Amino acid sequence: MKKEFEVISQIIKNNKRVLDIGCGDGTLMEFLKANQQNDVRGLEPKKNLVQKCIAKGLSVIEGDAEKELIQFPEKSFDYVVLSQTLQAFLNPEEVLNQLLRIGKQTIVSIPNFGHWKIRLHLLFKGTMPITKNIPYDWYNTPNLHMCTIQDFVNFCKNKNIKIDKSMCLTNEKISEITNKNMRYKNIFSQLGIFLIQ
Amino acid sequence: MNNEIKNIKKLIIDQPLELDCGKIIKDFPLAYETYGKLNKDRSNAILAFHALTGDQFAANINPITKREGWWTHAVGDGKAIDTSKYFVICANVLGGCMGTFGPKEINPKTNKIFATTFPVITIKDIVKAQKFLIDHLGINKLLAVVGGSMGGMQVLQFTSLYPDMAYSAIPIACCASHSAQNIALNELGRQAIMADPNWNKGSSIPEKGLAVARMAAHITYLSKKGLQEKFGRKLQDKGSLKFSFEADFQIESYLRYQGAAFVDRFDANSYLYITRAMDYFDLEKQFNGNLSLAFKNIRTKFCVISFSSDWLYPTSENKEIVIALNACGANVGFVEINSDKGHDSFLLNVPKFLQTLSEFLNSTYNEVKNEKRI
Repeated sequence: MKKEFEVISQIIKNNKRVLDIGCGDGTLMEFLKANQQNDVRGLEPKKNLVQKCIAKGLSVIEGDAEKELIQFPEKSFDYVVLSQTLQAFLNPEEVLNQLLRIGKQTIVSIPNFGHWKIRLHLLFKGTMPITKNIPYDWYNTPNLHMCTIQDFVNFCKNKNIKIDKSMCLTNEKISEITNKNMRYKNIFSQLGIFLIQ
Repeated sequence: MNNEIKNIKKLIIDQPLELDCGKIIKDFPLAYETYGKLNKDRSNAILAFHALTGDQFAANINPITKREGWWTHAVGDGKAIDTSKYFVICANVLGGCMGTFGPKEINPKTNKIFATTFPVITIKDIVKAQKFLIDHLGINKLLAVVGGSMGGMQVLQFTSLYPDMAYSAIPIACCASHSAQNIALNELGRQAIMADPNWNKGSSIPEKGLAVARMAAHITYLSKKGLQEKFGRKLQDKGSLKFSFEADFQIESYLRYQGAAFVDRFDANSYLYITRAMDYFDLEKQFNGNLSLAFKNIRTKFCVISFSSDWLYPTSENKEIVIALNACGANVGFVEINSDKGHDSFLLNVPKFLQTLSEFLNSTYNEVKNEKRI
């Protein structure tokens, strides 16, 4: 399993109700269900992935988070998980508001656009950055609203969203983001993982 | 045909059943069929509900009509609903014409068929009658309840009435309350039957009317694209238009055949009663306008399935069920299957659909097995 999912499952612990938005083929859901006895649900826009999940016995709904989240009742999940998808929405702010409404706590991970390779790519090549983690061209990228770790933290501050935990992955190593190391992490981490409410 | 109907499996339900219309029926027959074997701990039973013109013969050859069962693509040895693994039960609905109590039964008081003096029945009545059968078979909890179209309505009604009776539920291509469009289409069929001079309030057989009803309904089971691809403007056994009202086009000939074949196997009065039951179905209203309350505290695992080209029970109506289930925190999955075959997709060989059905049942079966082991 991906390092990112390890971090997320450690945050969630056992016996919780979890909604995984953009659950893909259900890898994280499967782990949470089998190893931590979590009661998990998923939402996924791609039919073939939904079918994969159903085959695994996972309860996944085919649908687009920008339209479907409204149907879930308030605080109906202990955790809502959004893994590396926030940047792909037309209206990420509204999606985030929905997540905060549905979940008692929300786990959001974002690919960090502030990573040094991306900065250097734009600076020296003068073209839109393409990296291992963000492998798209500007014209076919699903990522409409890229942000940096710093951007996300600023956003939470401005919107009065409480950050309970902020972690990051730097070359597959997990560490915590603090006020002190923020500038450093924003340059060297590929991924930010936040527990918010 | 009547002699053969006497030989099919029937349960005489000796307990009174109070119908939604207020009438009480008792000592009435419920015809059913089973496939596969019930396992020792009685945990592999699946109740399949048939749609408007189906019957209890879901798989193999229907012994009465000598045609293939209505769900042979899905039910059978090695199929999605695998009869080598599961025990499949299917009952003819109340009001039907394949041995269950319906308008073509003889009224002992008059010695004539009930015809239109048969009480109006509802999906709830239909489901309650089948619950007697499940009890009779000694099954405490079904592995799954499954059905498409009106069968899906029965799935919803069943799980709402008996929330502890099924581990899983698969409502397919259905709705929680019949739409105005669907009521309108059913009314069209009923009026075609009643407009036939041979109808006589149901006491004789309105062949033409029933055939027209079937033709109209059959169109609604297909999609525009499917029709166009299959028939287009192809002519029937002729090189050019005949400038007459004979069936010039293949689609006309096809519909006429569908209509005529239907008359041989279906009772016009049953058609009136069962379409009425569908029209009256409004699960939302049963719970004062809040569909979620129909599934409050339910632990059944749902898998709702719709088809992209189904305009009779479109994805949006199936999604209303999903939304209601979500709103009460029920365990629900949903997928829309891509298919050009319209509403009929659930009866046909649509591999992605059959695969989803198979895999969902299989995962539920394994979960139940593990649960029992613990």
